[in-house]
Amino acid sequence: MRYRLRGIALHVVLVFALVLFMFPFAWTLIMASNSTADIYRFPPKFTFGDQFDDNVRHVLENVAFFQSMTNTAVVAISTTALVLFFDSLAAFTFAKFRFPGRNALFVILLATMLLPAQLAAVPQFQTMALLGWVGSLKALIVPAAANAFGIFWMRQYFQNSIHDELVEAATLDGCGFLRTYWHVALPSARPALAFLGIFTFVASWNDYMWPLIVLTNPDHLTLQVALSQLNRSHGVDYSMVMTGALMAMVPLIIVFAVFARQFIKGATEGAIRG
Amino acid sequence: MTGTAIAPAPSAEPLTGRSSGQRSGRRVWSYWRFYLALSPFYVLFAVFGLYPMLSTIVLAFQRWDGLSPRRFTGLDNFRFLFEDPTFWLSLQNTVVLFFMSTIPTLCIALVLAVMLQSAVRFTGVYRIAYFIPNVTSLVAMAIFFSAVFSTNFGLINAGLRSLGIPEQDWLGQPWGIKIAVSTMIVWQWVGYNTLIYLAGLQSIPKDQYEAAKVDGAGPVRTFFSITLPQMRSIVLFTVIISTIGGLQTFTEPQVMVGNSGGTGQSGMTVVLYFYRAAFLDNDYGYAAAIALSIFMLVLLFTAINWRIFRVRGDAK
Repeated sequence: MRYRLRGIALHVVLVFALVLFMFPFAWTLIMASNSTADIYRFPPKFTFGDQFDDNVRHVLENVAFFQSMTNTAVVAISTTALVLFFDSLAAFTFAKFRFPGRNALFVILLATMLLPAQLAAVPQFQTMALLGWVGSLKALIVPAAANAFGIFWMRQYFQNSIHDELVEAATLDGCGFLRTYWHVALPSARPALAFLGIFTFVASWNDYMWPLIVLTNPDHLTLQVALSQLNRSHGVDYSMVMTGALMAMVPLIIVFAVFARQFIKGATEGAIRG
Repeated sequence: MTGTAIAPAPSAEPLTGRSSGQRSGRRVWSYWRFYLALSPFYVLFAVFGLYPMLSTIVLAFQRWDGLSPRRFTGLDNFRFLFEDPTFWLSLQNTVVLFFMSTIPTLCIALVLAVMLQSAVRFTGVYRIAYFIPNVTSLVAMAIFFSAVFSTNFGLINAGLRSLGIPEQDWLGQPWGIKIAVSTMIVWQWVGYNTLIYLAGLQSIPKDQYEAAKVDGAGPVRTFFSITLPQMRSIVLFTVIISTIGGLQTFTEPQVMVGNSGGTGQSGMTVVLYFYRAAFLDNDYGYAAAIALSIFMLVLLFTAINWRIFRVRGDAK
């Protein structure tokens, strides 16, 4: 009986925390389905309204939503694909082969993780201007196409999950470096690739500061920047702005919900091993 | 023949490239495949990381508005920086926000993790629900939190009003801004840290707890003498992650109170100040000096974190 009570008390606290974590989503939904006048009422309305369609229409009138969403998707998908390829290839090389300068290169890689992004932002903008990439999605994709964190993380995975004998055997069978990577390393790294892929996708989808700086054409933005502009220019029409916020986060939450288990496993394992 | 694991050579051995003595002058070039495989990261870092960072250092000693030619001004930017009250204010805001958000985040996360560990049912649901805030768009959530803290229709004020407490102009006064911003950071990061701590708790061998139980240690005693010491490296990890993230807070205040930093510039963080100097005022040299100071700040805090946890480690 005492155990029972303790168990119930435990779940009461855990559920309370869960409600707090989920509350913003519910409240966003409520605000997005009511009119702005309803939102301003006291006491506040806690039920879903029927204004959602209207609000969505207003969002689409005021901001190039689908264009921004397409831009965001293009950036997130291409960045993720490039990161998965480049990072896993480099990680496999670091994990399973020896060559002159390997350790020095790896130390450099680790050191780059300590550098804050602002340190590069100003000259990077000039570089983009020089390349003619200001306002273009290339300015978001290319610099993000390979990163130190992913290489570091995948390397640990390759070290633990692929035996040296396997790589040797593949080599003896006449597999070249690239084929060993493709046929031996990649198939065994699926869980790690899944984590790195979702991580990169989420980070890219939510990225804000650099797109804000480099995307100078107001008709050619990513979702986050478009949303922030909607908030700035139509801040009084709260139900519309909340609808925009809802529309901007839903795709990502769906992606996350599908892969949640693998992602959480990957995200927490990294910390334990490090 | 030793060396690389490159194609069809049957005698190639992946991990023994170092064993041969006659290697010395031997073609570093025979490893070209490996260097090629690593090159994307290093080339991109050289072009979009190293080069701009070195330029930033040079720029910090120059005056430049992006149009007229650059002029060397020696230490002027730094001299101005040290006398600039807004810079010091932004530094202070950043550190205050860091403490106001990190300490509650990590404490709540630790408590939740301990509770989650002893829960048997629904742990999968809890994990996913707790993690979702961490993958949610910062901009969307900043808009949400400014609505919650809004003076006219915010939920917080509605709550205060129904309790008979006078409403507050949260986003219109310095402390209100800090509370709103740090509430959002706490909301976003508690779940992530909870799951990290949970993974750490689960990696502590069970027999240690049983031994403690046999010795008659209560739950509190067990927590402080077994759980916490074992979690030291994990706590360090979360503190470092929070430090690097917290000192670079930008999106939350920028969306919630705008580029000005709000009333009394209370939401002006160092990174927001950097953004303004560079991309709104086009004062690139000065922005470079601010960027360097952010870097020093991150290094300093990371070093302090290491120090604290190292010392604790030796004392153990």
